[in-house]
Amino acid sequence: MGFLKKIFAGRHAAVQQLPAGTITVNRDGQVVTSTVSSAYPKKLLQDVGRDVLALFSEARVAQMPLAEVSLHFGSLRITARELRGGAIIFLFPQTALSPTPTISRL
Amino acid sequence: MDKRHKILVLDDDSDWLALCRDLLTAVPSRPEILTANTAKRALALLETESVRLLICDLKMPRIDGLQMLAIVRRQFPDVRTIVLSGLEDESYRSRAYALGVDLFWLKTEMQRNSKLFTECLESLLGRDQDVGFRGIQSKSLMDIIQMECLSRSSTVLRITRGPLVAKLWIQDGELIDAETEGARGEAAFQRALAWKTGTFENLPAEPERERTIQKPINALLLESAQNMDEAINPSEEPDLVESASHRKTMWKLSQLTREGADFVVAVPPEGQGEPEALGTQSVAAFSQWTRHTAEIARRLGDRLEAGPLLHVTGHNQERQVLMLAHGDRAFLIGWPTEVTENLPEKSRKLVASWDS
Repeated sequence: MGFLKKIFAGRHAAVQQLPAGTITVNRDGQVVTSTVSSAYPKKLLQDVGRDVLALFSEARVAQMPLAEVSLHFGSLRITARELRGGAIIFLFPQTALSPTPTISRL
Repeated sequence: MDKRHKILVLDDDSDWLALCRDLLTAVPSRPEILTANTAKRALALLETESVRLLICDLKMPRIDGLQMLAIVRRQFPDVRTIVLSGLEDESYRSRAYALGVDLFWLKTEMQRNSKLFTECLESLLGRDQDVGFRGIQSKSLMDIIQMECLSRSSTVLRITRGPLVAKLWIQDGELIDAETEGARGEAAFQRALAWKTGTFENLPAEPERERTIQKPINALLLESAQNMDEAINPSEEPDLVESASHRKTMWKLSQLTREGADFVVAVPPEGQGEPEALGTQSVAAFSQWTRHTAEIARRLGDRLEAGPLLHVTGHNQERQVLMLAHGDRAFLIGWPTEVTENLPEKSRKLVASWDS
């Protein structure tokens, strides 16, 4: 029969994986290099790159140019360093045992 | 017959159990120490042994500490309980106290201050088991202090409100000293009394503590009640309003200086008032960046399913900034580059004291 399969096909309760690795983005927000798993959606990585560049650019507008920005979420830390208009972005999934980082110096 | 009290230590880490056993041998009344590495084993020991005190970890497999404490409170109401945890989240402290535990200690604090810990244990073991009532309290700090003073007790009240901690020294029913957020004496007492919520615990008395408060407790409480009344029903007189506002600004400035921060900008939600700032002239630009950053971070967190935003940090060669949310406002705090240790913790403390 198989009609149940047709009805329920594709309806999986999906748990999204957290990205882990490093990406570099150019000044246009395009991902240039990446060590994040290729299974991770490229669109989301581009969103990360674009938003991070927006943070750096807004900081410049506020007369507070930043060399490094870290966003600390409950289960992910995103650390980005400015690279001549682009950025290198480190993505660290967090666990209960992850050490609390102190701010590093460039 | 052996009259020694029995202490049961429950922790899933066997190395920690061995360390605890060593530390607890320093308790002056030399209690008998029992250990268990699972909640099941601990419950079996509580059934068979007359345990006076349970020291319990929170993070354990199968039955965690909070579940265990709920069971013990129901099945063994006479057993005194102490939580000894590595979890530094203040919400666990509140939840543990809500379950009626006698004390909450962090493992790191206990290792750093093992003498005070053993004194607390001794004090708990020494209290008469058959006298007095125990339960979950929901009293104002004023009520608690009055009770301690009326009963002529000697104790140190440790009051915790999020990251803020205050200590009140009571000796023979008289308040002799208070300390919080760098303030001491009457000023610290008035600050702590203004807190609306929090948890409290009794630590052993310190009779040697230097006396800084000379006024009787009733006079202090009356003054405090008047201050609170004025805060609720502010006076119409411009001089008094200006003076209160000046006092508030001075207090915030002293907080800023004491913590060592460069500036603070408090940003309300869009359209709900003006940003408030100390230590910087770039209020508009900084609040704009704070709002945008909060928005970008919220959007990114949702899209990546990364959990709630805790804080955002940024730095350049000259300064570092930390942005976090508190209540419905976002705060941007500027720090000198020399400050590297516990920046989020320091910022949270500064922000919590900002409105207190």
